[in-house]
Amino acid sequence: MGYTKEQLLARLQELNIDFSCYEHPVVLTVEEQSKYVGHLGGALSKNLLLKDKKHRLYIVSALAGTKVDMKILSQRLGLGKGGLRMAPEENLLEVLQVPLGCVTPFALINESASAVSLLLDQGFKSKQICYFHPMTNDVTIALSSSNLDKFLISVGKQPAYVDLEASPVVGKDSPPDLADFVPSGVPNSSESVENVKPTNVPHQNVVPKEKQCLPEVKAKPKVQNKGAEKTQSKTPTKGTNVEKFVNDVFDIISPLFLSEVSKKLNVKQEELSSILDGFRERVAPDLESVTMSLKNASYTAGFEAGFETMLNLGLNGRPPRK
Amino acid sequence: MSAEEASAGTEVSVVGKEEGEEQQVVNPWEVSAGKGGIDYDKLVDQFGCQRLDDALVARVERLTARPPHCFLRRGLFFAHRDLNEILDLYERGERFYLYTGRGPSSEALHLGHLIPFMFTKYLQDAFKVPLVIQLTDDEKFLWKNLTVEESKRLARENAKDIIACGFDVERTFIFSDFNYVGGAFYENMVKVARCVTYNKVVGIFGFSPEDHIGKISFPPVQAVPSFPSSFPHLFSGNDQLRCLIPCAIDQDPYFRMTRDVAPRIGYQKPSLIESRFFPALQGENTKMSASDPNSAIYVTDSVKEIKTKVNKYAFSGGQDSIELHRKLGANLDVDVPIKYLNFFLEDDNELEHIKKEYKEGRMLTGEVKQRLVTVLSELVARHQRARAQVTEEMVDAFMAVRPLPNMFG
Repeated sequence: MGYTKEQLLARLQELNIDFSCYEHPVVLTVEEQSKYVGHLGGALSKNLLLKDKKHRLYIVSALAGTKVDMKILSQRLGLGKGGLRMAPEENLLEVLQVPLGCVTPFALINESASAVSLLLDQGFKSKQICYFHPMTNDVTIALSSSNLDKFLISVGKQPAYVDLEASPVVGKDSPPDLADFVPSGVPNSSESVENVKPTNVPHQNVVPKEKQCLPEVKAKPKVQNKGAEKTQSKTPTKGTNVEKFVNDVFDIISPLFLSEVSKKLNVKQEELSSILDGFRERVAPDLESVTMSLKNASYTAGFEAGFETMLNLGLNGRPPRK
Repeated sequence: MSAEEASAGTEVSVVGKEEGEEQQVVNPWEVSAGKGGIDYDKLVDQFGCQRLDDALVARVERLTARPPHCFLRRGLFFAHRDLNEILDLYERGERFYLYTGRGPSSEALHLGHLIPFMFTKYLQDAFKVPLVIQLTDDEKFLWKNLTVEESKRLARENAKDIIACGFDVERTFIFSDFNYVGGAFYENMVKVARCVTYNKVVGIFGFSPEDHIGKISFPPVQAVPSFPSSFPHLFSGNDQLRCLIPCAIDQDPYFRMTRDVAPRIGYQKPSLIESRFFPALQGENTKMSASDPNSAIYVTDSVKEIKTKVNKYAFSGGQDSIELHRKLGANLDVDVPIKYLNFFLEDDNELEHIKKEYKEGRMLTGEVKQRLVTVLSELVARHQRARAQVTEEMVDAFMAVRPLPNMFG
């Protein structure tokens, strides 16, 4: 049995959360809701319950004016281009335990909604008062985003605000920036994301003070021109990367060489390192060339072996995957 | 690629003075210059391609987060078509692939032949994109007096030198026409062929009624590697993937045809990045030819041979006597060692220094040539060492019709 509106409001009071409450006839849309509370100066929210192909649920709670593009959101979550749909009515009733037209972050008070992921519009933080439904849509609660956060933390949810209108590029070198929002237990993306960008996901045990600014997840959209500067640090750490191998070799040799030689010849390391840098530049093409030869030869040997295996043993030659 | 020269203008044909100074002819089958050498500005105007300016080079540097290749910095690759579109899409996180090739007419490869491959390797490493390399053994069969077996053999031999340039087997597919044409590739060939009239192809390539039909129907073979659907084992489902073709500018008319046809058959136009011609040792207006081993540095040359060739045959812009040289300095416009250093000496500062000293007469031809010999020897030695590591099995691996799962990695 899900929480009733009264139970929710009681809980909010227990938590010393400041809120105001407005009753009105049942409303099913934001437009209708705005007729009753729109004049009060707060920010209306629109709340969507979305579902991905693996039946995971997401509440996207945004300012009424924020444009939410499901295709872009889907990509940012790592679900591919058409991975998100509006969830069917049953999910509202069974999982969130709220009526139609009443999707709200407050539904997360229900146990049944524990696996639902919540994406909050960062626009809420700049508003003094935001409007949400509490379990029923004949009432609107008005509260600040920090109070909302208080509530969310009390039900074990880390509040995370996202720029919902951003449309960062998602590709091989820039993994989906919202991938962490996908409920865990299932792999996030079908692409092999080599580098998971470290997002500032706050730890579970951070207890915020009354009006503290909670750490937010900074969505890191790939801004157009930053592509180049970021590229180097995002080079996939693959074992077959020749340039990386050559760099690794130098990284191994240089420090030891520098320290030994500087000791022996009584020369400062800094003087030596510029010589070493020049030396490195001159040697790199040849080193890369021999490394590439080795790589190609290794690949060839593997290719031959694979071919022979198929010829002689067919599919039996290879142990089954998974 | 078509004609003998896949690369920067080998076999620049010498046309007599009757040709007239104003007329230069540049197409895949013939390159002939007026008196002052090739007028590249005129060529770019005539062809309607664009010049590669410093801003574009800087943009490449920014996008790839590494110094641009020597050939870009020094303006050897100097023209393009729609390169900026490729850079735009790359910046957006989209992909493209590279396409280049060679007409395997001889076993002996010289530095001029290697230039497009050296540059293509740089592009592959810098942008981390896949590459298809076409060996047009059928073309050589059609144009030269070769048997099919010999053409195929030459293709494989050339493949070894190409591999030695350092291409990444995880990202490179080499194919020869005799082996690969068929299936989706052939379907595209026929689609292209249907879009080009006899008159048009004669106009572009200068065919005559006496030419056999093999020649006339050949051009589509070289057009279709620009289209990803020609390689279903690589790019299946990605029909609109863009293609960038590094080549010498004499190939331009050829890809003009391809770009004209592409939208008509629902494909993207390939982009081009084009190079100047590589001068023969004896000077810009002479011919690099297989029959004259002293006209070029071959990848099989020993250090001694390189030294002899450069010292004896490289055309010098220096003065005839030391006194005169100290007084007047060298003519850099015709000096071949300086031109070669321009292509192959990495260090910008050192090059500037040499040019300055040589021009003002303080440096002598001998010294410049000596520096060139060192640079070329290093290059050739590196190539030879890599070439020695290439086995028949490795060629098989590069030429196998196999998936390349890490091609964009």
